[in-house]
Amino acid sequence: MHIHRFEKIWIGLSLFLIAVCTGIVIYGFVALDLKVPGIADSGTIDPMNLAETEFAQPGVRKVGENEYEVYMVARQFLFLPGTGRPLTLPAGAEVTFHVTSPDVLHGIHVSGTNLNTMVIPGQVATFKTVFPEARTYGMICHEYCGPAHHTMEGLIEIVPPSEFDETTLLTSR
Amino acid sequence: MTFVDNYPKATRVVKASFIVAFIALAIGGLFGTIQALHRTNIFRGFVSSVEYYTVLTGHGVLLALVFTTFFIVGLYQWGVSRSLDREPENMRFTWSWFWIMTIGTVLTTIAIVGGLVPGSSISAAVLYTFYPPLQGHPLFYIGAALLIIGSWMAGADWFRSYLVWRKDHPDDKIPLLTYMTLFTMLLWYICTIGVALEVVVLLIPWSLGFVTNIDPLLPRTLFWFFGHAVVYFWLLPAYFVWYTILPKLSGGRLFSDSLARVAFLLFLLLSTPIGYHHQYADPGISIGFKFWALVGTLIILLPSLMTAFTVISSMEHGARQRGGKGYFAWMGALPWNDPAFVGVALAGIMFAAGGFSGMINASLNINMLVHNTAWVPGHFHLTVGTATALTFMAITYWILPQLTGRTLKYKKLALAQPYTWFLGMTLMSNALHRAGLAGIPRRTAEPEYAGFAFEAPFGTIAEMKWQIAIGGVILFVSLVMFLAVIVRSWVGGERVPNPVDDYIPPPLSGSEHSPAILDNMKLWVGLAIILVLFAYTFPLAEMVMDGLFSPGAPPSPV
Repeated sequence: MHIHRFEKIWIGLSLFLIAVCTGIVIYGFVALDLKVPGIADSGTIDPMNLAETEFAQPGVRKVGENEYEVYMVARQFLFLPGTGRPLTLPAGAEVTFHVTSPDVLHGIHVSGTNLNTMVIPGQVATFKTVFPEARTYGMICHEYCGPAHHTMEGLIEIVPPSEFDETTLLTSR
Repeated sequence: MTFVDNYPKATRVVKASFIVAFIALAIGGLFGTIQALHRTNIFRGFVSSVEYYTVLTGHGVLLALVFTTFFIVGLYQWGVSRSLDREPENMRFTWSWFWIMTIGTVLTTIAIVGGLVPGSSISAAVLYTFYPPLQGHPLFYIGAALLIIGSWMAGADWFRSYLVWRKDHPDDKIPLLTYMTLFTMLLWYICTIGVALEVVVLLIPWSLGFVTNIDPLLPRTLFWFFGHAVVYFWLLPAYFVWYTILPKLSGGRLFSDSLARVAFLLFLLLSTPIGYHHQYADPGISIGFKFWALVGTLIILLPSLMTAFTVISSMEHGARQRGGKGYFAWMGALPWNDPAFVGVALAGIMFAAGGFSGMINASLNINMLVHNTAWVPGHFHLTVGTATALTFMAITYWILPQLTGRTLKYKKLALAQPYTWFLGMTLMSNALHRAGLAGIPRRTAEPEYAGFAFEAPFGTIAEMKWQIAIGGVILFVSLVMFLAVIVRSWVGGERVPNPVDDYIPPPLSGSEHSPAILDNMKLWVGLAIILVLFAYTFPLAEMVMDGLFSPGAPPSPV
């Protein structure tokens, strides 16, 4: 097969571009800890029986010195916690989110950040993050979930650690 | 003598397919304009924000699935008949695939549009991805299945023509137009297995109430088994035009026949195994498999970058034949007064921009910034919405005279139409991309929220809204211009023996230089299936092992 010299150079440059892009993603993964959701340690759960899981009582639990876990339910058309009353967390803490849905597909995007995941009935979306500064973030459902989809929103309020009210935490699990 | 004189039977089915395609384009385009005005809050008087999702479903289904598929079967029937020099083998079979596709389209459209009729019990506001447990009327799924089955039969029709041709030409290379058709259809057969299983095994029984609950992740995964390869099903017919017809319109010849074949077979190999890249943000799929999708997605850049080289070098060759000189000045010698050339060339330029935003989407963790934001429709309105749609519209200016035997009318309007599309899409798409970076979601009737406001990293939110709305209206104007030209030319063009110069010159480096292995379909299909099995066996097994419909969620009718 005859390949023109210019085209050989072009194919070489194309392969180089592909390698660079792959390298950037791997660098982000390894060096910057930019991860995506995967399979949750807890495996699948029964979306029709969330009452028998940690999601029976959505909210925040303290699990270590500066570590918190958020159990959140996204349902038509609200986030628990988050809608109505903001989800409150201390700045600088390591936070692990666990999110699931009892009804249809939803999504969560914390506006202005890369906290972005699908929420799928039967699956638990798990992701870790640190909110570095005290401020309020908007949170929206980004997957069409029914006629009032556009009303599904919530707030995350990050407060200075000294002002964080630990009485809002859930104790049992 | 032109196509209609040589192949009158094939001409009729190509014309019928184009008619359905253009009706879908008109309705789907109107819906798109309503959305552009509604979601930017410039005008919300056409529909309510609940009905918005019905309009959005209609826009996606009629444009991405119906307009594309019908135009493609018409275009490919034209290419197969012309390059094999044959009418279809059995017209009854040929018309049966056309009618099965059309009946399917009508059923699905009834299910969707029922949502706009007051008091109607029929609706299917499930969007064109129809993720369960959102549940539409059973007609939606049955119609979609018929559309796909009809397209399979169309492919079988072309394979049959090829096999008959092969008996008389045992040692020839497959003619390039037919090669591209057959490889696109091989890709289509492999990827539609996913959506066919989803619709026939899971969704139709579930929508009819034979089973109550459904496991949402499994059908979603089967959808994306199909859902990324389908974009190449839209794109490859545009490449078919760029490789085989654009060089001629530029005044030159295709640069290399064999590299065109290589590009198509790379798409056959890589299109389906990378469907997971639409599920980067999904829980329940392991990160290892997502990495495999990442690598495959970036590798599939290669055939597109090769296409860019071949297309541009073919155009440069054409421009130099026309007297073009210099490193860049040759571009001025291209036929910028030919509507077919202009449309296809502008579509190619926009595809380059869409390719770059697609590289962001492909990059696993970077994609988390833009996943399900307005960035995504910003991206695919450059790719399927321009690279494919504008190529199809523009090449109609060149193919339609071959089907009707009549000249093109309203030539100035036809020439202005692609420029208008380019302008409208530039406004709408740049603003959608930037709106996505601000976090504004896609697929939302009212992207305004009570508790907080979006912050724009580039420009202002107000300016983006106006660009999206004005861009959407300009695109609709361009669509009306297109339809005016087509209708007027179809019924009022002058009958002449050669209404358009339809000769396609042979490539500079022709099929005699292309290795026989490139034509070995069994080899490439085998490899493609192995790659699919490698990508999908384990994740699908994981989802199926706990039961087809488990973990089950109840249906949510919309």
